[in-house]
Amino acid sequence: MSIELKNITKQFGGVSAVNDVSFTVADGQLVALLGPSGCGKTTVLRMISGLEAPTAGEIFVRGKRVNDVPVQKRNIGFVFQGYALFKSMSVADNIAFGLKIKKWAKAERDTRVAELIELLGLKDLEKRFPHQLSGGQRQRVALARALAPKPDVLLLDEPFAAVDAKIRQELREMLVNLHHELNVTTIFVTHDQEEAMEVSNRIVIFDKGRLAQIGTPREVYEEPASEFVARFIGVMNVLDCEVREGIARFGELEFPTHGVVDGQRLRIGFRPYAVQVSNDLSAHRHLAVLRHTYFLGVLLRLELELPSGLIIRARMSKEEYARLNLTEGRQVSLQIRQYRVLSREGETLSPEVSVAHSLPLSPGEGI
Amino acid sequence: MPAVPKRQLTAGQRKSQRGTEEAPFVKWLLITVALLFSLVFLLLPLVNVFAQAFAKGFTVYWDALKHPNTIAAMQLTLLVTVICVPLNVLFGLAAAWAITKFEFRGKSLLITLIDLPFSVSPVVAGLMFIVLFGLQGYFGEWLADREIKIIFAVPGIALATLFVTFPFVARELIPIMQAAGSDQEQSALTLGANGWQTFWYVTLPSVKMGLLYGTILCIARCVGEFGAVSVVSGHITGKTDTVPLHVEKLYNEYQGAAAFAVASILALGALLTLGLKTWLEWREAKLEELAQQAEQAITQ
Repeated sequence: MSIELKNITKQFGGVSAVNDVSFTVADGQLVALLGPSGCGKTTVLRMISGLEAPTAGEIFVRGKRVNDVPVQKRNIGFVFQGYALFKSMSVADNIAFGLKIKKWAKAERDTRVAELIELLGLKDLEKRFPHQLSGGQRQRVALARALAPKPDVLLLDEPFAAVDAKIRQELREMLVNLHHELNVTTIFVTHDQEEAMEVSNRIVIFDKGRLAQIGTPREVYEEPASEFVARFIGVMNVLDCEVREGIARFGELEFPTHGVVDGQRLRIGFRPYAVQVSNDLSAHRHLAVLRHTYFLGVLLRLELELPSGLIIRARMSKEEYARLNLTEGRQVSLQIRQYRVLSREGETLSPEVSVAHSLPLSPGEGI
Repeated sequence: MPAVPKRQLTAGQRKSQRGTEEAPFVKWLLITVALLFSLVFLLLPLVNVFAQAFAKGFTVYWDALKHPNTIAAMQLTLLVTVICVPLNVLFGLAAAWAITKFEFRGKSLLITLIDLPFSVSPVVAGLMFIVLFGLQGYFGEWLADREIKIIFAVPGIALATLFVTFPFVARELIPIMQAAGSDQEQSALTLGANGWQTFWYVTLPSVKMGLLYGTILCIARCVGEFGAVSVVSGHITGKTDTVPLHVEKLYNEYQGAAAFAVASILALGALLTLGLKTWLEWREAKLEELAQQAEQAITQ
């Protein structure tokens, strides 16, 4: 086991930023700490690094308890959100800093710096100063500097937040390649679910300082442990249903479910991809009107209005859309192929899901 | 140096610019007032110092400068400066570091204390030391018993100067350190650096301009301080007179030319400081400009 957190709690002036969090990261993994801002993910990263001390709980690295090991001795590489390059040092000096501190011989130092310059594509920039670099270049220098002393763990705090979309994509790919090449255990913090899905092989999701779920990108998407996770990872239609005659119902929609009793309330969720749409009005049971089509690239997102006024979201490929000859305002038939029970009455629900069926939409919200 | 090409503005640009500017006569009126004021109240007295210094010829000027009492005054001023500046640089660094990097009880009290010498009249500051260390002061008897002289001696002068020049370095550094934040230092920590290495390699280089600037101001004040030093010095000619005190004494003794001659040294020092400060500012602006150009070149 490379890194293990056991019941970690962190309080700032009596307010809990992180609450009883436990998880492990195996050697060589690329893990994302994901959650909305203020959920405690950065604090967790800083506690692993030693920049912050937990109020309670234990942290183990390679089986050794490191709570009392100062940050200097933890052999971690840390990339800060704003990169925090040394302004008064050249690119080469920035990268060599950790080696100098660790008293590497000059020749070895130079070799290592040259290696990293090569690895991160920083050739011809060695003599530049941080203010003479672009955002993407700064990020790569910060990575090179963190990797130079061969850390056991690489920690990155929102590594791609400060660069524009195009560079961000490049950097994501670079991080994946780097990780593939160096196989160093890597943990990065992000608030962007798409980024977490694309880059990491495991995702740790936080919700208000608590652990919401850990799993592979596929697991957290397909098997969300809670409504919060379901809605944070991708888009989900969520309905607050009532059980009548043994079936969970919302308006005209019916969701047969095991082990329910009449009068019970259930929250049912289904992904847009689970909504099957046809232009043959007799093909499926429910009729709906196509209200809006959002163009997302290869995929389109449709907003369909049922006779009761309920709006559900579906998605389909451009080709499918053209094949079905769909236009806004057209009547279609639909069925919901997959759904899941998110929570049952009596279980606590996250406050932000109190609105049953009008999920907030934001542009670029994919899948 | 090539002539700067005059900006050619189109009618539209001129009009849009006018929207953000005052009417021409207001602009010229303000410029004239400011210029006249600095001419009459700043430049004229300065020129006058040199004019008066040389009024009785170069020999008188030179004799005044090489008089043993003048030399002694210069030596004392230099000594006090050499004592006070390093101490205040150390203190300024420590205080700025403490204030910007840590959260602690009494932080605002410390900030207020640093500013105290700016708000207290130098004469009051001098008197404060008399009350503490003078013969009739709180520690006077104790000191006298051990034959330690503070007031009317070099230690008193150094103390008074130290007090007055206390805020310069700290005041210069605090905003710079606040703006820089602690990310670079934390970076250094994660790379294995200890506190001293972090300070030496990371913090100090990033504040060096501010430090230099604060030090220059501190030196200028050390050399020029009059009020506080005057109270504690005792005015013993050739012993406890600093240069400013010596100037006053010469003037009071109706040796106008000699007084102005010595004053011209102070004025020269002030001009030098001003020049150095302007040069540093210009250099920093130039570096900033270069950095911005480089940044633009990259983003294009």
